[in-house]
Amino acid sequence: MRRWQSALMVVVLSLVAGVALAAGGDMGEVKKQAVNVPAIVMFLAFVAATLGITYWAAQRTKTAKDFYAAGGGITGFQNGLAIAGDYMSAASFLGISGLVFMNGYDGLIYSVGWLVGWPIIMFLIAEQLRNLGKYTYADVVSYRFQRVPMRVMAATGSLVVVVLYLIGQMVGAGKLIQVLFGLDYVYAVTIVGILIILYVTFGGMLATTWVQIIKACLLLGGATIIAFSALYMASDGTFSLEKLFQKAVEISPKKDAVMKPGTLVTNPVEAISLGLALMFGTAGLPHILMRFFTVPNAREARKSVFFATGFIGYFYILTFIIGFSAIVLLTTNPAFLDAAGKLKGGQNMAAVQLSAAVGGDLLLGFISAVAFATILAVVSGLTLAGASAISHDLYANVFAHGDVDEQKEVRISKMATVALGIIAILLGIAFEQQNVAYLVGLTFAVAASANFPILIVSVFWSKMTTKGALLGGWLGLISSTLFVILGPTVWTDVLKLGDPIFPYKNPALFSMTISFLGIIIGSLMDNSDNAKQECAAYAAQDVRCQTGIGAEGAASH
Amino acid sequence: MQQDLVHAIKSNPKYHELVSKRSSFAWTLAAAMLVIYYGFILIIAFNKEFLAQSLWTGSVTTVGIPVGVGVILSAFILTGIYVFRANAEFDRLTNEIKEEVL
Repeated sequence: MRRWQSALMVVVLSLVAGVALAAGGDMGEVKKQAVNVPAIVMFLAFVAATLGITYWAAQRTKTAKDFYAAGGGITGFQNGLAIAGDYMSAASFLGISGLVFMNGYDGLIYSVGWLVGWPIIMFLIAEQLRNLGKYTYADVVSYRFQRVPMRVMAATGSLVVVVLYLIGQMVGAGKLIQVLFGLDYVYAVTIVGILIILYVTFGGMLATTWVQIIKACLLLGGATIIAFSALYMASDGTFSLEKLFQKAVEISPKKDAVMKPGTLVTNPVEAISLGLALMFGTAGLPHILMRFFTVPNAREARKSVFFATGFIGYFYILTFIIGFSAIVLLTTNPAFLDAAGKLKGGQNMAAVQLSAAVGGDLLLGFISAVAFATILAVVSGLTLAGASAISHDLYANVFAHGDVDEQKEVRISKMATVALGIIAILLGIAFEQQNVAYLVGLTFAVAASANFPILIVSVFWSKMTTKGALLGGWLGLISSTLFVILGPTVWTDVLKLGDPIFPYKNPALFSMTISFLGIIIGSLMDNSDNAKQECAAYAAQDVRCQTGIGAEGAASH
Repeated sequence: MQQDLVHAIKSNPKYHELVSKRSSFAWTLAAAMLVIYYGFILIIAFNKEFLAQSLWTGSVTTVGIPVGVGVILSAFILTGIYVFRANAEFDRLTNEIKEEVL
């Protein structure tokens, strides 16, 4: 009893301490950054605005179509911003500008890989998804196949990708908030978890989309301000890139190597494999694919990819300017360096420190708040995708065999959201001390090897059968996971078990090949009656896919 | 979808025009993107010197800068080309098919 009471006391005291810290009192922690008042004020303004939107969206979210697909009433331009919002995570903003700050040109090579998946989605996936699907990409891959095993596999692929992505985002969120706001890691992760549960359960896809749109505007606006004011300062008021590069070469410890390709691409197999994972993994991310069901038709789906590609490309060009300006403005300024002469908070803080250098505490506060908002938005998109896989794919189509009351399905979805939110908090806490950088690679490898092949083959190849899809899909999921575990990143660096069994860091080249071969061999060997029916059903699927006749229509309200 | 409707659409010449035009266009653009991106990666892997040379005499800016930014722009331009043609020609064909069979 005593022990229980004292444990409770500790909890209460630490809660009070957390609140005091958030309110501006510094409790004498040395690791964390001093409390950043403008950042907290702006972040609270963002939370208030998004909760207001959630309230507004909740009034308009009645049916399953509202909950999963915002009623299908989002325009192409809005959806383009929302897709860009889903894709431009805090990790890519801080990570890529930090990479440019440290390695110069190599950062540009890395960012290019993240963009080139979008045209592929446009040419091969976007309209097809919109015309064939309803709420999740599993709708498309089970269109003419056996519902139960296909849904189970697609939902598993979705959930694996969502959970892996969530861990990375939550750990990044906790660390970032710790540094930016001076909040405790556990509180930071818990706040993120609670807010996304609120957004998604009450506001569904409509609230998630608008949170995403606001965040994308803030992030693009904030990055534009930093990039151009830093370029102005770093180029002596000329806005000349040549001048910026000259000064960077002068100041950087790497000298003129910052302007040249360095060590990023040394092994062509790794480079090609990484490129494949980035290019086709994007087309296998469930929270991105889900966005194509929020627009009314294929025409708007196309427009959304066009706008998204533009925004994301512009964003990567900004991060490049930000990274180079950071070399010029931060490398020699003692205010931003620690005792060892390294950037305070590590290379990933380059964009944040640069905002302080060009705009003082106010811009620093704004960018910190934007980074937090970015995490919230990305995590809510992921959670909604995970919850849909549970309620729409597993519950409604597997457990209840498609015979389900719509209101009940939405209720299950909300319960799944709460569960995923809590799981995200727990995973965030469990992985606090882990290096989660490898998870990004694993996520994209799984998405490219498990989700993308069955999606694209089911749309374009009439001879695919359930058996082939299951064989290829499961092989892709298992092989990509195994190769990452047996590879240098996990086997050698994380588990410290010595030389890796699988020699490459990026398995996509091999696991995608295995997956495609599995689909093709499994389908060609399948002579069952089912298989014949599935092949015969391709004609009707293809007509709907090509023309949109019979596709899920727009919202009625 | 009913079999007779599927049959009606499939035997419409405009449907074949739409499918063959769109798929060859989409796969050509997809191939272009793959060639551009993997061309860039292979140049980095096998000929770093090419990207490391100065863009003009005495410049610090290297050839790699416009090439890298060019790959980013090409992704945007290729999607733009596709949307432009799809939203005009392909949508017109689709609507004509719908009017004829529905």
